[in-house]
Formats: sequence, C-alpha cells, structure tokens
Amino acid sequence: MSQISKDEVKHVANLARLSLSEEEVDVFTEQLDAIIGFAEQLNELDTENIEPTTHVLELRNVLREDQARESVPREEALKNAPDERDGQFKVPKTF
Amino acid sequence: MSLLEKKVSELHDLLHKKEINVTDLVDASFDRISQVEGKVQAFLSLNEEHARRMAKELDDVLAGYPGERILAGLPIALKDNISTKGIRTTSGSKILDNFNPIYDATVANRLYEAGAITIGKLNMDEFAMGSSNENSGFHVTKNPWNTDYVPGGSSGGSAASVAASEVLFSLGSDTGGSIRQPAAYCGVVGLKPTYGLVSRFGLIAFASSLDQIGPITRTVEDNAYLLQAIAGHDAMDSTSANVEIPDYLSSLTGDIKGLRIAVPKEYLAEGVDPEVKEKVMEALKVLEGQGATWEEVSLPHSKYALATYYLLSSSEASANLSRFDGVRYGVRSDNAENLLELYKNSRSEGFGDEVKRRIMLGTFALSSGYYDAYYKKAQKVRTLIKNDFEQVFNDFDVIIGPTTPTTAFKIGEKTDDPLTMYANDILTIPVNLAGVPAISVPCGFSNGLPVGLQIIGKHFDESTIYRVASVFEQATEHHKAKPQL
Amino acid sequence: MSNFETIIGLEVHVELKTNSKIFCGCSTDFGAPPNSQTCPICLGHPGVLPVLNKQAVEFSMRAAMALNCEINREQYFDRKNYFYPDNPKAYQISQLDKPIGEHGWVEIEVNGEKKKIGITRLHLEEDAGKLTHAADGSSLVDLNRQGTPLMEIVSEPDIRTAEEAYAYLEKLKAIIQYTVVSDCKMEEGSLRCDANISIRPVGQKEFGTKTELKNLNSFAFVQKGIEYEEKRQEEEILNGGEILQETRRFDEKSNKTILMRVKEGSDDYRYFPDPDLVQLSVSEEWIERVRAEIPELPDARKQRYVSEFGLPAYDAGVLTASIKMADFFEKGVQEKADPKMLSNWLMGEVSAYLNNASREIDETPLTPGNLAKMIKLIEDGTISSKIAKKVFKEMIENGGDPGTIVKEKGLVQISDEGAIREFVVAVLDRNPQSIEDFKNGKDKAIGFLVGQVMKETKGKANPPLVNKLIAEELKNR
Repeated sequence: MSQISKDEVKHVANLARLSLSEEEVDVFTEQLDAIIGFAEQLNELDTENIEPTTHVLELRNVLREDQARESVPREEALKNAPDERDGQFKVPKTF
Repeated sequence: MSLLEKKVSELHDLLHKKEINVTDLVDASFDRISQVEGKVQAFLSLNEEHARRMAKELDDVLAGYPGERILAGLPIALKDNISTKGIRTTSGSKILDNFNPIYDATVANRLYEAGAITIGKLNMDEFAMGSSNENSGFHVTKNPWNTDYVPGGSSGGSAASVAASEVLFSLGSDTGGSIRQPAAYCGVVGLKPTYGLVSRFGLIAFASSLDQIGPITRTVEDNAYLLQAIAGHDAMDSTSANVEIPDYLSSLTGDIKGLRIAVPKEYLAEGVDPEVKEKVMEALKVLEGQGATWEEVSLPHSKYALATYYLLSSSEASANLSRFDGVRYGVRSDNAENLLELYKNSRSEGFGDEVKRRIMLGTFALSSGYYDAYYKKAQKVRTLIKNDFEQVFNDFDVIIGPTTPTTAFKIGEKTDDPLTMYANDILTIPVNLAGVPAISVPCGFSNGLPVGLQIIGKHFDESTIYRVASVFEQATEHHKAKPQL
Repeated sequence: MSNFETIIGLEVHVELKTNSKIFCGCSTDFGAPPNSQTCPICLGHPGVLPVLNKQAVEFSMRAAMALNCEINREQYFDRKNYFYPDNPKAYQISQLDKPIGEHGWVEIEVNGEKKKIGITRLHLEEDAGKLTHAADGSSLVDLNRQGTPLMEIVSEPDIRTAEEAYAYLEKLKAIIQYTVVSDCKMEEGSLRCDANISIRPVGQKEFGTKTELKNLNSFAFVQKGIEYEEKRQEEEILNGGEILQETRRFDEKSNKTILMRVKEGSDDYRYFPDPDLVQLSVSEEWIERVRAEIPELPDARKQRYVSEFGLPAYDAGVLTASIKMADFFEKGVQEKADPKMLSNWLMGEVSAYLNNASREIDETPLTPGNLAKMIKLIEDGTISSKIAKKVFKEMIENGGDPGTIVKEKGLVQISDEGAIREFVVAVLDRNPQSIEDFKNGKDKAIGFLVGQVMKETKGKANPPLVNKLIAEELKNR
C-alpha cells in the first residue's frame, strides 16, 4: 500500500514552498513512499506509556536577564539583502 | 616530515623554542593545499590573506611566543556550516553561495581567542545532509586514500583536509554520524561530543536536538587539545550544559586496567562487512591485552534508530531551513513576479534534491493528521533508544563497535537510492539520538581503505573515551599511516 | 427584532514592556529607524539561537494571574511554521499545548448587568516585523518589532453583543495596564484585537460558521465592526445565503467589513516543540513571588474608593477604568483634596478636556498637587467654581500653580462685605423695575440682580455673599 500520494507530495511541497516539476513529483513520491514505508516499522513498538524525548538533557529554565544591548549597525543588517529600499528589505508584491 | 604531520604539542614546543614561527606553519598549510587540493578538493573557501596577516601579527607582537595558549599559531579549518564573520559561509548550499556572515560562531570565537589560525572553510554535504559529500552544492571532495572513493560525510572536507595534512586539524559537525563516519573513511580521529558540551551558537542548524560540533584530528591527544578549547557553557545557547569541563589531557593516563567494555551484538550483525568486523575484534583483543574486559550486550532498539532519526531530523530540518527564503540574505531567484514565486523559485533553485527530499519528509511528518503517527511516535522511540544506552552504561564504562558497516564506497555508487545511502549511518545514529559522546579512531585497513573503531561513552564522559582511544592508539600503528597523494 | 443571537470571541495581542526582545538583547523601543534595532538573532540569520527573556515570562505570568488564569507548571515553546516576509525564520516561536496560563476570566458590567467572560488561554510568543506596501506594489520589511515579547489572550465565545465586546476590551486593557506590563497603546500597536463572530438562531446549540474580523484599530471600531458583521450575517442567512469561513477587515471610512480571503480548510502550521529552547518549570515559589508583584487591580480599587472615600459606585468605576486616572485621583487625595470634589472634577472638566484633545492625563502639564490646591481655593472661597474653570483651563493647557494663576490674572474672589455691598446698592439703584417685581412676588428677579452684580465684578464676587446682601438691601427698599 502506498504511504504517500502524488497529491500529498504536491501539498507538502507547497507547504514547504518548493516547486516541483511533474517528473520531480513522480520521483519524490516514489522515494518518500519508500522512506515512509520503512518508517512504518516503528509501529511494531508499543509506545503507549512512553514519554516523548525532545531534549536528551534535562535542562530547565534557561533564562536571560532583561538587559538591552547594542544592535548591529543597519548596514550590517542589510549587507546580505538581495534587494533593499530605504533601509528595508524589499520583496515583490504579495499576490 | 612536513610540519603539519606533527602533533599539537610538538608544534607548540617548536614555536616556544622559536625553531619555527607561525608564518612557517601557515606557509606549510597553503603550500600543501596548492600541492594536493586539486586532487582532494576539501575546501569551499580559503582565508589566505587574513590567515597570513594574523600569522604575521602573532609573529611580530608575540615574537612567535605562543605563551600558555597551546593552540596559538596552529592552522585549522572549519566546516562550512560554522558561521565566520566576514568569511563566506555556505553550508554547502548554492542558496548561500553569496552569504557573508555578520557574526562569529561561539566556537570560532573560542578558537580565535586560543590563537588558532583559520585557513579556510571546508566542503560538506548541503546543510550536512549526506554521508558522502556528493550532496555538496559545489563539488565532491575525494577520499585522500583513494580519490575514486568518497571521503564520507557530511564533514567530508573536514576529514579529508586533515587526512591530507592540508591543515593540522579541523572542526566538523555531527547530527547522525557526520564527524565519525568521514573520520573513519579517511583514517583520522573524530569526536562527537555529548549533546550540550560544545555551543551550537553559530552552527547552521540541520537538526537542533541532534547537532554537535566536534574536533577532527590525526591523534587522540590533539583531539583532546582541540575539544578543551571549544567545550564549555555558552549563554547564547539555551541547550548548552552548565557543567564543569575536566582537563582532558590529564585523562590520558594510559591505564585501562579493569575497564568494562560492552559490545552490542546489533553492531556486529549482518550488514557489517566481515573485514570491518575482524578489525573491530582485533581492536578488542588489543584492549584486552591492556587490561580491559569485554562482553557482548544488546541495544534492542537499534534497528529502529534509522527510521526514528530520519523522521526527527527531517522534521526539525524542515523548520530550520525555512529561513532560506531569499528575503534577507542568500540567493534570490531572478524569476519571481510575486512573493509566492520568490519563495518557491529561490528555494527550488537554491536547494539540492537531498535537501528537498528531507524538507518534504519533515513537512509531511509534522503536518496535520500525521504528527502523532510519525513525529511524536519517533520522539517516543527515541526515549526507548536512549534508555537502551542508560541500561548498558549501568554496568559498563564504554560501548565499542565499528563506526561504519563498511569502508568508504565509490563516488556515484549509492546516489540513486536514498535508503541505501542512509544505511551507512546505522551505527552512528543511535549515539546522536541518545545524546552520548563517541569517537572514531583508525583501527586498520580493508582493501587499502581505513576502518574506524567507534568508542561510545556516558554523558559528559569524554575523558574515558579519550583514555581508551589513546591506549588503543599507543598500542597500535594505525594512526601513523599516511595517504599517498 | 432579531431571532438570532451573536457569538463573539476576541483574540487580543499585547506587547510586553520589557527593555529587550524576547529572545535577544535588541531594544524594544518604539519608533526607531527601520532595521536599526536588529541583530543576527532577530534577523533570523543562519546558526542563531534564542535565549528566553526572564522578564517576559514573569510579565506574562503576572498578567495571566491578574486575569484569574491558572499558571501551567510545565511549559514549553513551539514553532509555528508559515512563510511571510515579516516572519524571518519562517516560524514563529509561540506556545501551543502548554501556554503561560489557562481558564481565566474577567467580569464586565453592561447596563448595570454583571457578567463573567472566560479567558481560554494566555500564551507568550514573539511579535513579527512590520510590512509596508509601497506604491509600486512591492513591500518593505522592517524587523525592529520582530521579537518583541507578545501575549495572546484568547477569550471564550462568551460575548454576545458589541457592547459586551467593548466592555471586555476596556476591562482587559485596564487590568493589564494596572499590572504595568504593557502600555496597551492601540495607536502604536502594543494592543491589537481580532474578533471572531458568528450568529445562530436563538435556542440552537451549535455555533454558526464564524468570520474573523481583522484590522480593528480602536475599541470603537471593534464595536462598529461587530455591529456591522452581525447585521450582514443575519441578512445573508435571511436571504437564503450561506456564511463562509472568511477573514474580513473593518473599513473605517465606510464603517463596513470587507472580505480579505476565504479560508480553505484550516491552516497547517505544523507546530512542534522548539528544540532550541528548554522546558520551563514553574515552581510554587516562583508563582507566589510574581503574584506578590501584582498591584491592586481595578475592581479592588473601585471597592476601596466606595468604602474609603464614600464615592458612588458608578464614579469609582469610571475613575478606576484607567490606571492613570486612578493614580491621579489617589495622589490628589494625598494632597488633601476633598475626594468627592476631586472625583467630580476628574469625571467632569478633566475628562471632557482629555476626550476633546485626545490626550492622556499624563500627557498634560496638570499635576494632582495643583488640582488639589485649586479645589482648596474653591473650598476656602478664594475663587468661585466659575472662576475655577478658567484657572483649570490655564493649568491643563500651560501648567502652573493655581494660587499664582489666580493672583497673576486677578481672579481672587471678592469676599469683602463692604465692597460687595457697594456693587449691590449700585445695581439696585439702577434696576427699580426688578425691585418692584420682587415685591410683587417674582422670586426670579433676585437671579437677575445677582447676575448683574457678578457681571459688574467680572465674576469675582463671592456668590453666597452677593445673595445674602441683595436680600438684606431689598428689605430696606
């Protein structure tokens, strides 16, 4: 049984802001299907009463004091900008 | 013998006695690079002007005297996912082809304070996703032992540059084996520290809960020196552990009498090359000869590590790599009429296939309706894998096995099938999931290619790993072999 | 007329008044040049990591407790994934499963009826940057605001009318201002509000399809927007139409709501715990320490003003609706102003002036001490209430001590009997007809005569004295 359909691959690509050609959709569907199929083996395990691990270390309450420090100069902030205007990052129209 | 084939302590002595100066070392590095880089192709960027200027400053101001700073004046290179202010940093991706960071990673700062000289930035699989360097957005680094073979990955440039003596040592990063596997393939020493020991601030994230920066060196002692310089709490990294850093050098006592070694049967099971297995068994005999004992144990959830790792690392990566959107930095597509096209075209043109594949896998695993079945399930299995290690470490000091199931493979051999490629990492991945430290040290050759021995320790017990690795190294000659280039 | 009832839920975003941003040390000051308060962390550069601001956590805990929320003892932060130019990492660090606080409420009063509005949750997150649209269609991104600590406060769908929504917002704002964790300035965007509105036939249990109303720049617009939207939805249904799940914005010029987009299914934000941040364990001691920092809240103050100063409940409610007004009142009382007179002045002249000028009381030169002094001048007869209005105008516009203003402008009340009697005699002499009227039982004539005397004295004569002397003199005629 297939784990992921072409439509799902297209949907996921859109969520991730990737555009795929039809050929790429075919290839990725096949590959992701194999990987997800492989991952199904995790269902052999009963994890009903197992806590999920987000961090391997039991760190708690890492906080910083509320002190403002100097920001970077504007030129630095904009140094790598592909396009800018009036000290701001410029992007094309939203739609 | 070339200067760069010496050890850290030897070079420090030579500088101290003024028999050489820093410029000699930097010259040696760039000379070697000009001789062999055409074959190895370990670097993505060289930092020659700055490196030579810094060498001169050290020579002038300090008159070559390195003081207490053991690493002062020594040439190092960094994996290209470590942010270096003013030095192009690409993470092996076309999408960052033109990126010039505005800040230094914490490790880069610590090396600078230690006086080490950054020679350049090293090639890697794009965003550290890969096991062969074939996923670099720029070129494929070659294995110095046989340039038809991959150097491993993702820190392929880091391992190859050290194996080829282009630099004295380097830093890599390890998410699922990316330091240890290329160290094994290239016959050098690579350590993945305990999660939280080395600051991740400035490491371009692949999978935040798994990534660690670590040293790649030619000897265990050098490795300890380099770790000493970069380890320790960093207020800029919330996941950095606030623990006392031991003196790693003083842990190299040469004594492993009574050491209890666990050998997981899953790490020598089918799929592991018989010659690799043989080298590991020989290594265990060597350690036995030094007074250690070993027993076979089980890490029963090992077979689930690969799937767990790919779900978790890809999920985290899918979010970590979303910032590469062509808005504030990096390469922006020329073909974008509107915002949606800007995003889609910049990302589709900038990322390679492996990165796209993992972003999509991760996006899928986190998406509505699949989160519990994939992402959360994998987080729970991670708990089981972590518990396996805790169990074994109740009764043993270290876990030993091969670093990789096979030696290096040929360039192009495994590029067609992602799953076969992923299987390279089955012995290194569980270590990242458990967050424990592990080293790969050379333990012989198979068909002219190096074999790596993996020594895994308890959380924050790098000292024991180094002690064992150093005893093994002293008792064998493997680390003295040099590739012919 | 209506057989429908309206269901309203409000989502309020409040920026916290910390010195630095939630995950980096950049300043949160408002109004700096674009992108001048940024660093690699809030710019979302490769390799950066967040470190949580302790004050942001404590401020939001304080607000949550003031809103009667239960504080979660184990909390963590999630990544909310979506692409937009004002969201530099393409994920916003927020809290999904374990917010700062849950299950709170505030009490509102509309037309004398009290009602509790539930608060589902209060969580902490990072604010986005600012996107402005240029004339050529392109957009410009300023990331100064990116990373400002932000609380999102989500109400239960307990609100039934636009008035209730207005009262809820007023109350919420007052409480948060009392806790001193935010300015709550809508014009600077430190308080923002979205409304979810649906209608259903009276008696029906299920909710109708809701629309989301955005771009509500004042509480008055929230009220108007809701009023428009409930009418629109009702007409739509009565005309056989269907309510779609839409995002609409309120247009201030036409007082209408305008369609922005139709939502197709729910957005998929792919929330997951942020591996760059560690868990937050909130101990009982920590909660109690933060609780101790909560100042007296509006309802408690209102009670106290009634019991301690004898103010009518309504007046106490008006005064305590704004912490600035309430603080001003208390300082005035400390300066020995009569509480009732002070309250009358604040609710009357002062509020009228502030409303007119669209100002806050601390944005004027008027001080509690000076207003208290002025009230004392009225009480001791130095100035009349009428003159006081002139003095007040001078004080709130240009500042200054009322005693000095009275002297400099020659506004001192004439309370000297002899001097006033002279004016009275002169006025009576000139108005025999009024005397005649008075004798014929027309009491109104006295009013006219008092007015004449006040006019002659440019309003400075002590009015009770004028009354008394006119009565005396009339007897002699």
